[in-house]
Amino acid sequence: MDREAALFEYLVRLGDDSLILSQQLSGWCGHAPTLEVDLSVANIALDLLGQATLLLDYAGEVEGKQRDADKLAFGRDALKFRNCLLVEQPNGDFAQTVARQFIFSTWQKLLYESLIQSSDSKLAGIAAKSLKEITYHADWAAEWVVRLGDGTDESRERMTNGLDWMWRFVGELFETDEIDSTLDKLGIAGTKESLRADFDAALKATLDAASLPLEPLPTPIFGGRIGHHSEHLGHILSEMQFLPRAYPGATW
Amino acid sequence: MITVLRDRIMKILADVPDPEIPVISIVDLGIVREVTEDPPTVFITPTYTGCPATQVIKSSVREALDSAALSHVEIKTSLSPPWTTDWISESGRKKLHDYGIAPPPTRDTAAQAAVTCPQCGSTDTQEISRFGSTPCKALWQCRSCSEPFDRFKCH
Repeated sequence: MDREAALFEYLVRLGDDSLILSQQLSGWCGHAPTLEVDLSVANIALDLLGQATLLLDYAGEVEGKQRDADKLAFGRDALKFRNCLLVEQPNGDFAQTVARQFIFSTWQKLLYESLIQSSDSKLAGIAAKSLKEITYHADWAAEWVVRLGDGTDESRERMTNGLDWMWRFVGELFETDEIDSTLDKLGIAGTKESLRADFDAALKATLDAASLPLEPLPTPIFGGRIGHHSEHLGHILSEMQFLPRAYPGATW
Repeated sequence: MITVLRDRIMKILADVPDPEIPVISIVDLGIVREVTEDPPTVFITPTYTGCPATQVIKSSVREALDSAALSHVEIKTSLSPPWTTDWISESGRKKLHDYGIAPPPTRDTAAQAAVTCPQCGSTDTQEISRFGSTPCKALWQCRSCSEPFDRFKCH
């Protein structure tokens, strides 16, 4: 696999992670439990959308087929999306959203910290820029895991259920395939396995603070990185892509 | 002659306001990273990756340059090094405070800096939410005068 092909795929994976999670979080806008939470979730969604734009624009540049972030976001069908399964999971109740965010931001923070060292200066620049924002997301989500986990019986039950929904999708975050090993050899992006120990430690620290037990994780489900998605992604895309598909080339 | 162009551009940019906090210019905010003369280019940097103001800023800069007959000056976005609130000028900090937004501390004073209420000047203040009305601000409240206020996040 050559450098450009691997880098394109990798950037699309990262870009799609941010894009799909941003779209999901936007569903809370105007519906969150409090005004402050509403603003927080909308801000996180906006940061993720900014990351997606940078990553997908760069992916289009690497590909060299005149596709920019908009074309990639609105012009691909579910099979061509490369996001992990975690980010397309439904919002559920607020605790389920927090669980998804906690796992994702904890992982994304470690990943982007490592990408700052990338031999590809543009990817390193995007990582450094995004990391400042991701740190806020990771703190916010961890604080809510503690608050709900260590709160009332009901909040604790909901937090536990939310995490139980998401645990199956943790393994995929650390999957290493040909794309990862190609970029690892070139010094562009290290394999994700190397982040696992730090991730497990961060997970344990927050769950301990929330007095939630950390059970062995269930058998992981894979597929997002090669386009094998859950039924949720099609519904997300039908909403997200409606306008550009109904009115191709529309501008305002 | 050559530095005259740079100075002229900087002077024009110093009058371009930030679209969300119009009392402060994009130069005061540290969004203008560099002005080069050969080729004539203005480098701007986004504050937050998803900040919707970035597009507006770009078109405001274009408009300002065009109306000064500087249509040949290009505008480029530079990401690295990432924008930090340390690039907000002293006069920018003062303008933020006068406008009712608590300015961010500089990185070396961040740990011990007390947050002063821009309304009554009390330092008896508390954070309500780390996310505020725009990506760059957090929501705070003064315990003395009870007024809520925005605080520019240290970033």
